[in-house]
Amino acid sequence: MQNYSLTDTFIRPFDQGQEIALATSALKVFYDDHEALHGVSLPFERYKITALIGASGSGKSTFLRSLNRMNDTIEGTRVTGSIMYRGVDINSKQVDVYEMRKHIGMVFQRPNPFAKSIYDNITFAPRRFGEHNKEKLDQLVEQSLKDAALWDQVKDDLHQSGLALSGGQQQRLCIARAIAMKPDILLLDEPASALDPISTSTVEDTLLQLKDHYTIIIVTHNMQQAARISDYTAFFYSGTAIEYDETRKIFTRPKIKATEDYVSGHFG
Amino acid sequence: MRRLFSDELNDLHARFSEMGMMVNEAIFDSVKAFVNHDKALAHSVIDNDYHINRREVDLEKRSFEMIALQQPVTSDLRMIVTVMKASSDLERMGDHAVSIAKSTIRVKGETRVPEIEKVIAQMAAAVKEMVEQVLDAYVKEDAEAARQIAEEDHGINDFSSQIYSLCIDEMTRDADTIVGSMDYMLVSSYLERIGDYVTNICEWILYLKTGKLLELNSNAKEDGF
Repeated sequence: MQNYSLTDTFIRPFDQGQEIALATSALKVFYDDHEALHGVSLPFERYKITALIGASGSGKSTFLRSLNRMNDTIEGTRVTGSIMYRGVDINSKQVDVYEMRKHIGMVFQRPNPFAKSIYDNITFAPRRFGEHNKEKLDQLVEQSLKDAALWDQVKDDLHQSGLALSGGQQQRLCIARAIAMKPDILLLDEPASALDPISTSTVEDTLLQLKDHYTIIIVTHNMQQAARISDYTAFFYSGTAIEYDETRKIFTRPKIKATEDYVSGHFG
Repeated sequence: MRRLFSDELNDLHARFSEMGMMVNEAIFDSVKAFVNHDKALAHSVIDNDYHINRREVDLEKRSFEMIALQQPVTSDLRMIVTVMKASSDLERMGDHAVSIAKSTIRVKGETRVPEIEKVIAQMAAAVKEMVEQVLDAYVKEDAEAARQIAEEDHGINDFSSQIYSLCIDEMTRDADTIVGSMDYMLVSSYLERIGDYVTNICEWILYLKTGKLLELNSNAKEDGF
């Protein structure tokens, strides 16, 4: 397998006028003594979709999971560097992780609705955070399901189990559940990899609609998906962000050889 | 259909049709300038060609990006290929309009032959009609209309032969008209070429609808080879 340089990188600069929703600086992740991520500094523009691509083990999921401190729960994991969100380094110990996750939500690879009704799936977290007004909760359920493009299909039976839905619908329920907390940023870890092409297309359309109100960062193994829906793409290789640029540039004329080889399928 | 992709495809459609209108206007103006001996209008046709060329590059760039980012297949892919190929035909048509405009600037002051200019104006009107029809057929994706429009190219070729004979007669009769007649023949051949490009676009419309690459009115057949 060909080895690519980890120092030959290109990270696009952002203009002053572009609003940055989240930015990492020298982010490193250690699993015990093993350094899995070698100091990644990436800014994410607000109301855009950024795709993180790369082979298995390249560090893209590790990076995504650090963005809302999911790696904290893994024993022996250490994350250094900063993650700036609204002027606060959310990687610092003082930050209330649960409060932070209200702003930075996550949707996982496999649809994982709670074994509860659709209604309860969505209102679970808001109720835990003290919202008990029935009218407000009803509104929240309707709005979240509409935003996730699921309302029309489930509005007549919100009390059926979330597990009774199809895979694509379950994943959109998970998106609705994540956005019920009205986060600023939505992190998605391969949200369509367990879905068939039709459900994938529906989820992609949903994401394209959501970007009007949310900043979306998505990890995907599916390069075509990254090409189709994202505004920016970051290519990860061996724990390093090798190239980060507008998606149309990454897929038509990338600057780095490793990126070119990966997106054109000649990698390794 | 995927929302973003269909939006981009509609946009591509619209920009291509707009380019068609720009080219049609260039052809119309170039002939108008030629017949009216209007040097200023001829200059403006030459200047405007820059925008037509830019539009072709823009359409190519968009098409490449859509292929790279959206991985279109079947009719979506054919639509993009059609725009890429047909826009290059349109661009060449624009170049011929420029050549006609250049002839206008060159011919000014030479001895003119109103009778031939009248036939050139008729030929230009027929070409303009064909260009308008082909743009309409493209928008409607009308394969049957495309076949019919390609047939009309024979009429354009007849005009070309007629102008050729008239010019030869005129040059034989009066040597003062030789330089002007040469330009008439050139302009007629530019219009004839524009008709050929319209036929190409007809072929792309058929490809778009059927997926088959067909040759309509091959030149070799027309010339009896």
